[in-house]
Amino acid sequence: MSKLPLEKKVLSENDRIAGELRARFADHGILCLNLVSSPGAGKTTLLERTLEGFSHGERVAVLTGDIQTDNDARRLARFGFSVKQITTGGACHLDARMVERALADWRLEEIDLLLVENVGNLVCPASYDLGEAAKVVILSVAEGEDKPLKYPAMFFRAELLVLSKIDLLPYVPFNMTSARENARRVHPGIEMMEVSCTTGTGLETWRDWLETRRRAIRREPAKQVR
Amino acid sequence: MHELSIANAILDSVRAEGARRPGTRFLKVGVRVGELSGVAPDSLSFCFEALVHGSDLAPLALEIETRPRRQRCPECDQTFRVVDFDVTCPDCGETETRCIGGDELEMVYLEMEEP
Repeated sequence: MSKLPLEKKVLSENDRIAGELRARFADHGILCLNLVSSPGAGKTTLLERTLEGFSHGERVAVLTGDIQTDNDARRLARFGFSVKQITTGGACHLDARMVERALADWRLEEIDLLLVENVGNLVCPASYDLGEAAKVVILSVAEGEDKPLKYPAMFFRAELLVLSKIDLLPYVPFNMTSARENARRVHPGIEMMEVSCTTGTGLETWRDWLETRRRAIRREPAKQVR
Repeated sequence: MHELSIANAILDSVRAEGARRPGTRFLKVGVRVGELSGVAPDSLSFCFEALVHGSDLAPLALEIETRPRRQRCPECDQTFRVVDFDVTCPDCGETETRCIGGDELEMVYLEMEEP
């Protein structure tokens, strides 16, 4: 009997494809964001508000993942930007291969912001790199403020936490201070912002964050982004 | 429940090794799972056993080594294990410490019988 040392990532095949995607995004100056949350936290609504703020001709595209239905793609398509549904047919997360396939017939030269809406799930999407520049996690105040502690892998990997549905704060027992503390315990450097897609509060901050990241990608020579 | 996909990825890697080493019987695969990896070890074992049972790789076993989260302090260079999400340096009290481990999801070794 012998022992063969491996030292290989379990998801090395996914990571390889994600690396190729990241290089392609860098070559084309595309900011790719991976939006993750539990089901119903408001990813699609945040995307609707985001798209309606862009003028026509902005180079924006959306991939939206769900286990079944193309409801989200239909909701998002009415803003006139490129939108494609990825139906996973059971899988609880998007993987890099699904993104690669979905992009196959898109011209990347025509995009500089790619928003990927992952399957609603705070667990599994954390393990799969999609080649994104950053994960953005959305947590609604209708959920518990202990979510960062219950799902540390996701909050640890996300660069930005969007606390959503803050118009509901008077009606729910959500403690914003402790939610922020919990997120910081898991990920001390995480950025945070509060948003209501219903009243529009905080949407400017979100759009500014997006624009800052887009400008940073455009300024950097492609090679350095890798 | 992405542990099924994870277990499948492990088996794919073992089969790829098998293709490079004809006639080899694989007995055990060692996998390192960090507490920040987002993978539940029990669930991974369950899925792994379900996939291996009755397959070409049976009776391949899985050994999981779990890894805690570890941080390094930029001030005093101390490394320490994180308990209950407390990332404060136990030596100097610095709160802005850097994660240096705990997000692993790696195959570590394969135990095998060569022909």
